[in-house]
Amino acid sequence: MTNSLREIEDNEVLFITGSNTKEAHPVIANMMLKARRKGAKIIIADPRRVPLVRFAELWLQQRPGTDIALLNTMAHVILKEGLINEQFINEQTTGFNDWRASLDAFTPEAGEKLTGVPKGDLVRAARIYGCSRRAAIYYTMGITQHAQGTANVNAVANLALLTGNIGRPFTGINPLRGQNNVQGACDAGCLPNVYPGYQRVDIPLVQQTFERAWAMPLSVRPGLAATEITGKALEGAVKALYVMGENPVLGDPNTEHTRKGFQKLDFLVVQDIFLTETGMLADVVLPATCFAEKDGTFINTDRRVQRVRKAVEPPGEAREDWRVIAELSKRLGYEMRYESPEEIFEELGRLWPALEGITYGRLERGGIQWPCPTRSHPGTEFLYKGGFPRGKVSFTAVSMAPPVERADREYPLVLTTGRNLFQYHFGSMTRRAAPIESHAGKPYAEIHPEDAEHMRISQDETVRVTSRRGSIRLTARITERVRRGEIFIPMHYAEAAVNVLTNNEALDAFSKTPEFKITAVKVERLAQEG
Amino acid sequence: MVRFTLDDQEIVVPEGITVLEAARRSGIFIPTLCDDSRLEPFGGCRLCVVQVQGIPRLVTACTTPVAEGMRVQSTNEEIERRRRTIVELILSDHPNDCMVCEKAGDCNLQELAYFYDLRTNRFYGQRSQRLVKDQNPFIERDMEKCILCGKCVRACYDIQGVGAIDFTSRGFTAKIAPPFEKDLDCEFCGQCVSVCPTGALMSKQSLGKGRQKDVQEVDTICPYCGCGCNLTLHVSRNEVVRVTSRPDTINEGWLCVKGRFGYSFINSPDRLKTPLIKKDGKFAEATWEETFDYVATRLGAIKSKHGPDAIGGLSSARCSNEENYLFQKFMRAAIGTNNVDHCARL
Repeated sequence: MTNSLREIEDNEVLFITGSNTKEAHPVIANMMLKARRKGAKIIIADPRRVPLVRFAELWLQQRPGTDIALLNTMAHVILKEGLINEQFINEQTTGFNDWRASLDAFTPEAGEKLTGVPKGDLVRAARIYGCSRRAAIYYTMGITQHAQGTANVNAVANLALLTGNIGRPFTGINPLRGQNNVQGACDAGCLPNVYPGYQRVDIPLVQQTFERAWAMPLSVRPGLAATEITGKALEGAVKALYVMGENPVLGDPNTEHTRKGFQKLDFLVVQDIFLTETGMLADVVLPATCFAEKDGTFINTDRRVQRVRKAVEPPGEAREDWRVIAELSKRLGYEMRYESPEEIFEELGRLWPALEGITYGRLERGGIQWPCPTRSHPGTEFLYKGGFPRGKVSFTAVSMAPPVERADREYPLVLTTGRNLFQYHFGSMTRRAAPIESHAGKPYAEIHPEDAEHMRISQDETVRVTSRRGSIRLTARITERVRRGEIFIPMHYAEAAVNVLTNNEALDAFSKTPEFKITAVKVERLAQEG
Repeated sequence: MVRFTLDDQEIVVPEGITVLEAARRSGIFIPTLCDDSRLEPFGGCRLCVVQVQGIPRLVTACTTPVAEGMRVQSTNEEIERRRRTIVELILSDHPNDCMVCEKAGDCNLQELAYFYDLRTNRFYGQRSQRLVKDQNPFIERDMEKCILCGKCVRACYDIQGVGAIDFTSRGFTAKIAPPFEKDLDCEFCGQCVSVCPTGALMSKQSLGKGRQKDVQEVDTICPYCGCGCNLTLHVSRNEVVRVTSRPDTINEGWLCVKGRFGYSFINSPDRLKTPLIKKDGKFAEATWEETFDYVATRLGAIKSKHGPDAIGGLSSARCSNEENYLFQKFMRAAIGTNNVDHCARL
């Protein structure tokens, strides 16, 4: 997030796109409701009737995969109606005129045709967002999990630049991060192209800094993204994999493909708190500790570093992950000497100035938001105050491209995946929490009543959902939460693992993010088999 | 800013705040059962009555905004007599089974009974019957203990935007219930449990696991989504038995069903307890010593035969910064490859 969770309640306009906040980030949704109680307007763009729609001034029920058309049309209207922030554009951006020309075609009429949203609503949304200088955008995987994900994000950014809704309190571009420490894992450098603090591995000066700090020659070749590793394993280029706290067999697109790739590895090590589907394929499984059994820090969605504290002893011989890594490293000839997580955190701070001012001692008094370069720095509530670090930023022209898969005669429905309120990800934790499992323990597919009637499917009937990759069986839940022609399946259930259906070849070219939000499928009654 | 007098003390507070809030900020205790500064004022329990000069009757501090020059008396004999009577009336329609109540030691009503030394009760008589048990798996609703403060109703409607419960019936039969007095079927965020001043709303899975005085509280961060909600884990005999959240944190003490009720995986019998090495397609328990040796040997052999880029590492958005930092350092410095990633894309 460029801005802060605390600022949400003072937003004037909240434009929420591709985020089922009430279920995926329930407490952030509470902050949004607080803003609404204080008079804010909520606009939601989502193909599904997500629960927050009930509180929205306006709901744009777009077709999946039409984010660029929707966002560009809004920009077109904001431009045409003179709601732009000229001073901001002149002072802080470049490329405005070229970009402007790219919007000519996105009239409200064209927007309606492309997105399925009535043009009047598109115009109203543009006016509400464009008229406010305290408007914030919130998005999650509904924007990013597309083959056009990077372009979608650029289109989001263009809207903020056009209205100057960034670099001040109560505005901003705010992706809501989905996991407790996904921000921290990125910040700490668990990405194939950057060291901690987003410092690129292929810049020699950076490489030399880290070689000195770690006293070891380092590679300048950017590595493989998670979604590329399976393919490389199948080709035989990757022989061994060390997985700590992930379950890619359920998490990656196209389960069959992932399983084959992992089976082809010469050596697979999985370190986790449970024997996951990935762990079952491993040669070695290492018992790890969960959040309640260790000290450390997490970084949340608004860049807030917060202290995690040990509350209970781990079961059996389970060990803290850092101790396991350090020991393995030693045995591979690279000594790692640490007495505590605090020492590791201090080392990270020395290598990335944004964390340098944060100490465990300071965190005792509450979380601190990076950047926090010095011990006396209070932390940063919102980014880009007084300008962008690299000077002016550029508008990026983005054009529509169709999704990789489209509904056709054989696979007439579009599948989106996501979370529900009760379960979390692939369920290794929540499915072992008894009350949650007893309340929300069955896999289901949301199907629109008209589609259900057409296919003669009744409520709670078991159906088979099939894509070009495979098929799963689960219960039909007939509901108007989904659009006609679309179905939704939550990702949590191993017995009906939705990634059996998804496409490992539909990736965003830059981010390598899979197109989980659009897969062509068909739904059949099991009774028909006879 | 507004200047007013509270118990002969001159106090300056921002405009618009209530007498109760002003008293809190000045460290003056006014009892209340229905107020929570995160919720709209309600004025239901009448315990916070105070004397304002120039107003003949007592007024509720929670609904009275401070005005310039106001003179307020937070306590005197008459006020305390009234407050004592209110608590006595509440207790006359209460099970008073503190000896076996989950909430004992952490109960506002119990504290007030102690404070006012209510050993006998002038109002004992008929008690309202609210015996129906709710079968939902999360929240124990013991409506016998409900004092109708309405905090749960306000939290559910205003904070959560759900409105799963409300007041129903009138007078002696008044109660708080879901529509048609059915079982709760809501988001099960448990905000209602967190604001309940008595033992009327409790977490089912915490029942019998230890009362407040027996638990150790540890402040930490929620392991689920990226909101970073602050959690307080209540630990008894090396087991997390309850989760709460402090109101002075970014999440203001509000949690969701996963954060508040989704913790029993910690003690699941399925937890991995020893290293496992697969031999002939089957896992066998191993010591750390042999496992470390085995992993180091295998990785070392693959590295020398195929080069460091034949090895990949997947780290975790669930692990800490320290663990993630060390993992990528391990892949880059000990193995020698940049093949390190995690599930941010997924």
